[in-house]
Amino acid sequence: MDATAPVQLKTDTGEWITICAYGDLEPARGVAAKLPDGSQAALFRDRDGAVYAVGNLDPFSRAQVIANGITGSVDGAPTVASPMYKHLFDLRTGRCLDEPDNPERALPVHAVRVSPVAAVS
Amino acid sequence: MTANRSRSQTLVLVGHGMVGQRLLEALAERGALADIGNPGLPGWHVVVLAEEDRPAYDRVHLTTTFTGTPHDELTLADSDFFARHGIELALGDPATAIDTTARTVTSASGLTLSYDALVLATGSYPFVPPIEGADAPGCFTYRTLDDVDALTDYARHAATGVVVGGGLLGLEAAGALRTLGLTTHVVEFAPRLMPMQVDDGGSAALRTTIEAMGVAVHTGVGAHEVDVDADGMTRGLVLSDGTRISADLVVFSAGVRPRDKLARMSGLAVGDRGGVLVDEHCRTADPYVYAIGECAQTADGRVYGLVAPGYQMAEVVADRLAGEGRSVFTGADTSTKLKLLGADVASFGDPFAAEGKGGAVSVVFSDNRDGVYKKLLLGPEGQLLGGILVGDADAYGSLRPHAGADRPLPAPAEAFLLPADGAGALPGADTLPDDAVVCSCHNVTKGAVRAAVAEHGLTDLGGVKRCTKAGTGCGGCAGTLQHILDAELDALGVVKARGLCPHFDLTRAELYETVRTERIRSFTELLEKHGTGGAGCAVCKPVVGNVLGSLAPELGLSHILDGEQAALQDSNDLYLGNLQKDGTYSVVPRIPGGEISPEKLIVIGEIARDHGLYTKITGGQRIDLFGARKEQLPAIWRRLVDAGFESGHAYGKSLRTVKSCVGSKFCRFGQGDAVQLAIDLELRYRGLRAPHKFKGGVSGCLRECAEARGKDIGVIATANGWNLYVGGNGGTNPRHAELLAADLSAAELFRITDRYLMYYLRTGDRLERTSAWLERLEGGIERLREIVVEDALGICAELEEQMERHIAAYRDEWAAVLDDPEKLRRFAEFVNEPAHAG
Ligand code: SRM
Ligand SMILES: Cc1cc2nc3c(=O)[nH]c(=O)nc-3n(C[C@H](O)[C@H](O)[C@H](O)COP(=O)(O)OP(=O)(O)OC[C@H]3O[C@@H](n4cnc5c(N)ncnc54)[C@H](O)[C@@H]3O)c2cc1C
Ligand code: SF4
Ligand code: FES
Repeated sequence: MDATAPVQLKTDTGEWITICAYGDLEPARGVAAKLPDGSQAALFRDRDGAVYAVGNLDPFSRAQVIANGITGSVDGAPTVASPMYKHLFDLRTGRCLDEPDNPERALPVHAVRVSPVAAVS
Repeated sequence: MTANRSRSQTLVLVGHGMVGQRLLEALAERGALADIGNPGLPGWHVVVLAEEDRPAYDRVHLTTTFTGTPHDELTLADSDFFARHGIELALGDPATAIDTTARTVTSASGLTLSYDALVLATGSYPFVPPIEGADAPGCFTYRTLDDVDALTDYARHAATGVVVGGGLLGLEAAGALRTLGLTTHVVEFAPRLMPMQVDDGGSAALRTTIEAMGVAVHTGVGAHEVDVDADGMTRGLVLSDGTRISADLVVFSAGVRPRDKLARMSGLAVGDRGGVLVDEHCRTADPYVYAIGECAQTADGRVYGLVAPGYQMAEVVADRLAGEGRSVFTGADTSTKLKLLGADVASFGDPFAAEGKGGAVSVVFSDNRDGVYKKLLLGPEGQLLGGILVGDADAYGSLRPHAGADRPLPAPAEAFLLPADGAGALPGADTLPDDAVVCSCHNVTKGAVRAAVAEHGLTDLGGVKRCTKAGTGCGGCAGTLQHILDAELDALGVVKARGLCPHFDLTRAELYETVRTERIRSFTELLEKHGTGGAGCAVCKPVVGNVLGSLAPELGLSHILDGEQAALQDSNDLYLGNLQKDGTYSVVPRIPGGEISPEKLIVIGEIARDHGLYTKITGGQRIDLFGARKEQLPAIWRRLVDAGFESGHAYGKSLRTVKSCVGSKFCRFGQGDAVQLAIDLELRYRGLRAPHKFKGGVSGCLRECAEARGKDIGVIATANGWNLYVGGNGGTNPRHAELLAADLSAAELFRITDRYLMYYLRTGDRLERTSAWLERLEGGIERLREIVVEDALGICAELEEQMERHIAAYRDEWAAVLDDPEKLRRFAEFVNEPAHAG
């Protein structure tokens, strides 16, 4: 993947906005991004190169820290552990694996794509 | 305090020592005590008259108070035991008279108690030979915590001490004097040391070891007179051969005598050589009065001076008071194992079984170079009659359960006697039948241990101790218990879930060894070679990151956040600060030893003011600056670095602080420069990644103002250097550090600490503080001493070199981030906006 390729996120209004270049994402780590509505997203790149975006707000501590969590896998599902109290979230669905049936504890999920066009804003 | 309850009966216990307390527990276990919720129900209401002014404590381990065990750690009952069972405990109020006709007891404070049953458990008193001067200030006995306090106090101003008596207790007392830093002499009337337990050969080996510890041994001479100065203070001891030992204090440890005076005065029969006479039920001639423990002369005509037989007597009386009463006491095993600083001594069965007669033969191993002597006495059928082990008592646990049994030893005698050439070489517990008593202190059989493991699903030694009590007395059976446990778990097919997480079947220690020996340099490489699939997780990644950090100098890795390593770190390690509940970080500048200049204090104040940080003095002699956003961190570190600080580890599995007291710099009692040593230690071990965080403390004298013994590395200054204690912990499960080595120079201290830490790094489990690690280490502190002081595994040079490489490779981690734009990039608040100005 081209390191300069733009990473784009679909906002709630259905618009694709460019967040950063693919090369800004470190393998197996996350970054925080500020969205136009003032909320924050956490973007991750996994070991295989796939990109995920979820909300940055930890629903347990209510601190903006999800982007700083450790990524990994549980039974094949890509995950991030919140650094605050180590709750695990599925990066694809935002579901909290410790409380899978509680929507209050899920992270919002954003569609992301790595655009082939090298046009970083 | 009133007696005569409506339905419940009153039991008066006189004496609250080890055996008295065991009786109370045994009654509680049998449900024989009155129910405090239902006073109408039958059951014993107990009143205890205790002469000492503290509840029963572990007298057997009295000597450990000299190496710092606090008094209350020896306490036997938990604090609400008495309230829970409605037991009335009259401390400091001894019984003074018994009226067996009226069935009442009178106490020193004037209480008169009616009883339905009376149990005497008054123990013994130390025998002091009737010689001139024996009551002079400076003369002591050694039996109670008060004795310990008095002795410790007096010893502060003493340089030399003499112990009268070279038996078990005398040698314990000598060990205590050594620990107090006194030049020590032992005087024994018999021609050899420990005449009651050990034969000539064993005694010679024992003498070698004890003399090597710097204790002067005088055998075949008695104490003739205590020499006093003009003020009547002790200044020496004159021996029966006329020699004079000049000494500031004398400890009499020439045997004990049963405390039977109270019984004698009230008309109860006592034995010729003392001891309240009792029958097989431990009952005196008066059917309402019992005597147990050291004050009793039992049905076999003996007075037992050990705790295990006393415990058995307590059980017998508890049985009787609970109703059943079929058990009897007809005699007991007098096996002992003595853990004297530097000398292991054990004897079991009948160590003096006459050779020749009845076909007894002896098998002896003796090595005068190391002060080792071992002897087994075998009967005609090859059964073990008894034995003696001196200098190396490892085989005690394997041998003792066979002593006196009718079956032949399960393996050739030499298999038990010859020096073991590696772990597990001794014939193990698998050779024992189920009815063999493996814990003699609590009379627990191998079968009972196995049953408890199976029934309660026990998986560790702690569980075995809780459920069976085995191992909670002298501790001599711990190794055997572990073997039984392991074998039982194997047999039950219990596979201990040992791997770190779903991604690795290896423990932390195994990962460390793998990384070290295969020179694996990244998480990816390790996952490919040894992982079980998947991408890793928040458990294994930080552990691998930490192990790579520990071994960085060996592997040629540099910064903890280089390349792929950054992805392994917890957010604390990634941002080199501690995450707070609101997502901000804290910064704790390193202040080695707590020593700080006014200029530096001002800089910290300015930084906090300019960045709006909350400040607090921590419990670790540092100043914490809270509330920094991650994008502010580099600017804060920059100012710290410019002022000659580095930021510090309040995060990471690494050294925190080495706390110090002011020591000889200012304190009038300081024996050593605690501040300087703390600084040296902190600078030596800073940045070292370990299985868990670790801390240090250095106190300038035994007042211990730095609380060093609550630390992983605890150092206390002595008149001759430094004592090194290890495995201490405050926090969740407080544990006092244990003495690893004494009177060290600073260089020796560093060397041994280097080895200790590196050995911990090699073998510790994930998140295992040194305290838990040392608890788990089979053989405990003695084994650790063998490995890191005596170099039993031959790895010390390697461990030292590894530490040298760590020290040489250490760099300021925070400054290194400031110098590296790649690393700095991570501190931006958002990836899609230029970083805020801090
Ligand atoms: C700041 C401080 C409290 C204070 O305001 O005084 C503190 C704060 C924390 N302690 Fe502590 N401990 C602090 C002294 C202690 C002490 C006292 C001491 O060191 O003398 C102890 C008991 C001694 C000991 O460790 O044996 C202590 C026992 C713990 C424990 C329990 C450890 C244990 O083995 O039982 C934890 C939990 C852990 O590490 O897993 C802990 C964890 C923590 C954490 C890291 C909890 C967390 O994950 O956020 C706290 C964060 C610190 C921060 O953000 O800066 N803290 N903590 C103290 C920092 C001292 C320093 O300068 O480094
Ligand atoms: C330093 C040392 C090391 C030892 N090491 C070992 C060892 O390794 N192994 C081993 O098996 N044993 C050892 N022992 C012996 C062991 O401590 C005793 O066998 C055990 O304590 C006996 O228990 P007891 O209850 O009979 O007597 P004690 O524990 O002595 O208790 C008797 C209590 O009764 C009190 N008392 C006396 N008279 C009265 C009265 N009139 N009214 C009220 N209270 C009274 C006493 O003050 C005392 O508190 C050691 C002893 C010492 C001192
Ligand atoms: S005790 Fe330690 S861990 Fe607990 S709140 Fe206080 S500082 Fe935090
Ligand atoms: S033999 Fe003493 S505790 Fe087990």
